[in-house]
Amino acid sequence: MGSQGGFYQSKEFLDLVKSIGEARSKAEEDRIVLGEIETLKRRISEPDIPKRKMKEYIIRLVYVEMLGHDASFGYIHAVKMTHDNSLLVKRTGYLAVTLFLNEDHDLIILIVNTIQKDLTSDNYLVVCAALNAVCKLINEETIPAVLPLVVELLAHPKEAVRKKAIMALHRFYQKSPSSVSHLLSNFRKRLCDNDPGVMGATLCPLFELITIDVNSYKDLVMSFVSILKQVAERRLPKAYDYHQMPAPFIQIKLLKILALLGSGDKQASENMYAVVGDIFKKCDSSSNIGNAVLYECICCVSTIYSNPKLLEFAADAISRFLKSDSHNLKYMGIDALGRLIKISPEIAEQHQLAVIDCLEDPDDTLKRKTLELLYKMTKSTNVEVIVDRMIDYMININDNHYKTEIASRCVELAEQFAPSNQWFIQTMNKVFMHAGDLVNTKVAHNLMRLIAEGFGEDDDTDSQLRSSAVESYLHILGESKLPSVFLQVICWVLGEYGTADGKYSASYITGKLCDVAEAYSSDETVKAYAVTALTKIYAFEIAAGRKVDMLPECQSLMEEFLASHSTDLQQRAYELQAVIGLDAHAVESIMPSDANCEDIEVDKNLSFLTGYIQDSIENGAQPYIPENERSGMLKISNFRNQDHHETSAHSLRFEAYELPKQTVQSRIPLTSLASTEIVPVPEPIYVREIYQTTTVPSASSDAGSTELKLRLDGVQKKWGRQTHSPATSTSSSTSQKTDNGITQVDGSNTSNSRTLETYDSRKQQVEITPEKQKLAASLFGGSSKSEKKPATGHKISKPSSHIVERSHVRKSSLEIASEKKASIQPPPDLLDFGEPTVNSAAPSVDPFKELEGLLEPTTQVDSAENHGSTAAATKSPDIMGLYTETPAGIYNKDDSDILSGLSNPPVRNMLGGTRSMQVAQSSKGRNLKNSLEKDALVRQMGVTPSSPNPNLFKDLLG
Amino acid sequence: MIRFILLQNRQGKTRLAKYYVPLEDSEKHKVEYEVHRLVVNRDPKFTNFVEFRTHKVIYRRYAGLFFSLCVDITDNELAYLESIHLFVEILDHFFSNVCELDLVFNFHKVYLILDEFILAGELQETSKKAIIERMGELEKLD
Repeated sequence: MGSQGGFYQSKEFLDLVKSIGEARSKAEEDRIVLGEIETLKRRISEPDIPKRKMKEYIIRLVYVEMLGHDASFGYIHAVKMTHDNSLLVKRTGYLAVTLFLNEDHDLIILIVNTIQKDLTSDNYLVVCAALNAVCKLINEETIPAVLPLVVELLAHPKEAVRKKAIMALHRFYQKSPSSVSHLLSNFRKRLCDNDPGVMGATLCPLFELITIDVNSYKDLVMSFVSILKQVAERRLPKAYDYHQMPAPFIQIKLLKILALLGSGDKQASENMYAVVGDIFKKCDSSSNIGNAVLYECICCVSTIYSNPKLLEFAADAISRFLKSDSHNLKYMGIDALGRLIKISPEIAEQHQLAVIDCLEDPDDTLKRKTLELLYKMTKSTNVEVIVDRMIDYMININDNHYKTEIASRCVELAEQFAPSNQWFIQTMNKVFMHAGDLVNTKVAHNLMRLIAEGFGEDDDTDSQLRSSAVESYLHILGESKLPSVFLQVICWVLGEYGTADGKYSASYITGKLCDVAEAYSSDETVKAYAVTALTKIYAFEIAAGRKVDMLPECQSLMEEFLASHSTDLQQRAYELQAVIGLDAHAVESIMPSDANCEDIEVDKNLSFLTGYIQDSIENGAQPYIPENERSGMLKISNFRNQDHHETSAHSLRFEAYELPKQTVQSRIPLTSLASTEIVPVPEPIYVREIYQTTTVPSASSDAGSTELKLRLDGVQKKWGRQTHSPATSTSSSTSQKTDNGITQVDGSNTSNSRTLETYDSRKQQVEITPEKQKLAASLFGGSSKSEKKPATGHKISKPSSHIVERSHVRKSSLEIASEKKASIQPPPDLLDFGEPTVNSAAPSVDPFKELEGLLEPTTQVDSAENHGSTAAATKSPDIMGLYTETPAGIYNKDDSDILSGLSNPPVRNMLGGTRSMQVAQSSKGRNLKNSLEKDALVRQMGVTPSSPNPNLFKDLLG
Repeated sequence: MIRFILLQNRQGKTRLAKYYVPLEDSEKHKVEYEVHRLVVNRDPKFTNFVEFRTHKVIYRRYAGLFFSLCVDITDNELAYLESIHLFVEILDHFFSNVCELDLVFNFHKVYLILDEFILAGELQETSKKAIIERMGELEKLD
């Protein structure tokens, strides 16, 4: 297939690509592209352009667009091209329109007709091209125009067409579920398709359907289980194998579906145990794809009705992941651990050191995943360590999205598990100081409420909490720049409790408040909070019968506020003035001290107005009609919606170009769709959701910023439970911690090192620092499970001995490989990569097999290939030879990171496997002649390996 | 579901971009810029996964080219990492020893291969043989 490497475009196009490739700056590139756009604009509208030329112009347009420039002037030509009779030209047209146009583009209407025609074409390649376009371009309005045709294609004799038709139907379902709701049974039917590709494609829509409505698909459990069984037993054609795994992508999809179906359903789950257990055993844990399937198995096991045997398998797999050197596997292990600890919390213990390693890893992705795990396993015994870690991490990141999330997690954990008031206040201070502007204002209101309410059990602890809050806030006010939300909390608390315990004088507190108002003079809300706090302090003073001396700076501040542009500030300032002028008795009744928890009764029905209304109606006034009953108004307010509705309701006329009216309407969804998010689908951030539900009760305190007091009626208390008697509980837990923690760490230490030495001799020498041990103890030291340890140690030793064998085989093959390499010295050529052309015969192409087909005779052979270590040993010289020789190729400047993720030994092994598979399968490719031809061609065009980017010539597959 | 696929070189030049969700042009540029910045300086030992806004990017580097897939948070990272590799294997087979230059000059063919591999944001066909055969049939027309 050497011809595919050729470049058939004109010299002009090649020059363009080349000059852009060599452009030294973005400005130069832009200049070249703008020149190209001018040329294309001129050329493309010339009359009678030959088709071949036109096709090239369109491809050049795609290129221009890909570089980020606007090629919209040529869209119409791409659309025209789809009308062409020649498949080659038509296909290019479709390719271009799918890249140029979104589903809401005005020009879509011009393509629908062509698509309709092409979907009924006799040539299946035309149908395929049209279906590709359908998946990208058809929107809710145009679905009815193509739907019957697509449904018909589900029974097309060509499997490629059936597959694409399934995907198209799936897309329709995503766009408008109601339009295809009567056709969903088709997905079930296609699940039994003769072609595994079609069956595999059908799993995508089925997965989505089952996610939405599990119960309607329970009858399919057995079908899915039997398909998965057959896949795992290698009954699918060999063409679906990937790195010696039988159809792994299909297996993963099936496992995902089974997880959904088995969740909370004992009966369904029981049907799955056998096959999932089987896959656990069969998975090749030395390849990435094998681990991907294993990971999916763990996800499945942790979702379905639990089974001890499978959980054990899962725990084993997780420990292998965590002990791996590959960051990818560690990441998967941490994620899987987070899933499994929900079911068996004790398994986290044996991995404590691995988890801590991940937590301290410089890789941010891994660190975040680990923090997520810690978040999931937080208890009252380890909350301090975990929240401290989270805050440390939060301080050091710039990503606001994540910062917000982690801040709200900290707050949530602190509220739930706080061991003491002191700690709670300090933690909240840290969160507010470092992420104050990012946290939800509700969090601030929540904090104020908590301080105000205390636990309601013991007045002493409550006032202690308040005093410590006041103390810490007065201290924090010394810091230079504080977030607005935090200042609001500080002002409120100082106003309410600043003078409550008599430790600080009113003039001291008011002085501080004035400082705040002055220092943050641009922040109206903070100033408002400060003024109100001042009012409260003075009111309390007056009520207590003390004489009030307003500080001079406070007076000047008030003068300023009395003349403020903000009416809110003005009002507050006038209120302050009024309060100061009143006597103690009056003040006591308008500003009772410590009454912020009292309910303020609000007559929502406004019953005191009834008499007035009655009078008015009697005098001929119109009665009030609630907004939702006003039919005339409804139309106006929902105008946009209705308008939209109309367009989707009345079907489109596809016969003639009645363009203008339609386009105007179809634009509306486009503009409304424009969002900064990548996707218009709801994001699955569970934690956030949970958090919000917990704060819902505080919604009533939302108005806090404008009102004097928070309304706290009907609010639930959330953290009283854990802190019944904080002193005793913490002390007992710490003693437990030290005792158990140390013994445990020792125990796991030994078991770890035992397994580590087989995995990686380097790790053996690494001493586990006492610091880490301490951290581990504080994180995991909850309860001791001494009887568990011997069992786990035994468990781990099983796979490790397996690994030893493996690595031994690998080593010996490596030696052979290096010997072999010495004998075959490849000639140093620029484009030849020094690989011996292995012309092994292509494997016998499996004739297409039905799903239910019997075991093929050839399976024996490939099972020997995969499982028998003897076969691997005999085969390995070639494999390793190929691998080790690659770096000895030409550009070994930065070869070391050609395959960035694959630097660790087990995966290397897999790479070798890939290579051999390719060699076996592509008997035609990878020959010297080809490479030379390509080189010659490239040189002809003037692109040389010495050009700015030598990587251009480097084989992507190392 | 796959949101988009990007092929970028180390300088951040886009070699191929395919979006499976509608995005404005300006947003596409931003995405391409951000993804490149995220992946280009990562230590090769690190994970091949990066959080990207509310999604995650799975990337892999081949010679000077970064292949990046943006997928949902709940998707299986390793599986998508391997689907990148499968795609590269297909390219390698089709172009026989694929190098970046092949993709630069034949980007339209890469798009066609991609259309046989991924459709509407989902893996459509995972058999290398099936895809290569289909491409063979299309190539005959040229």
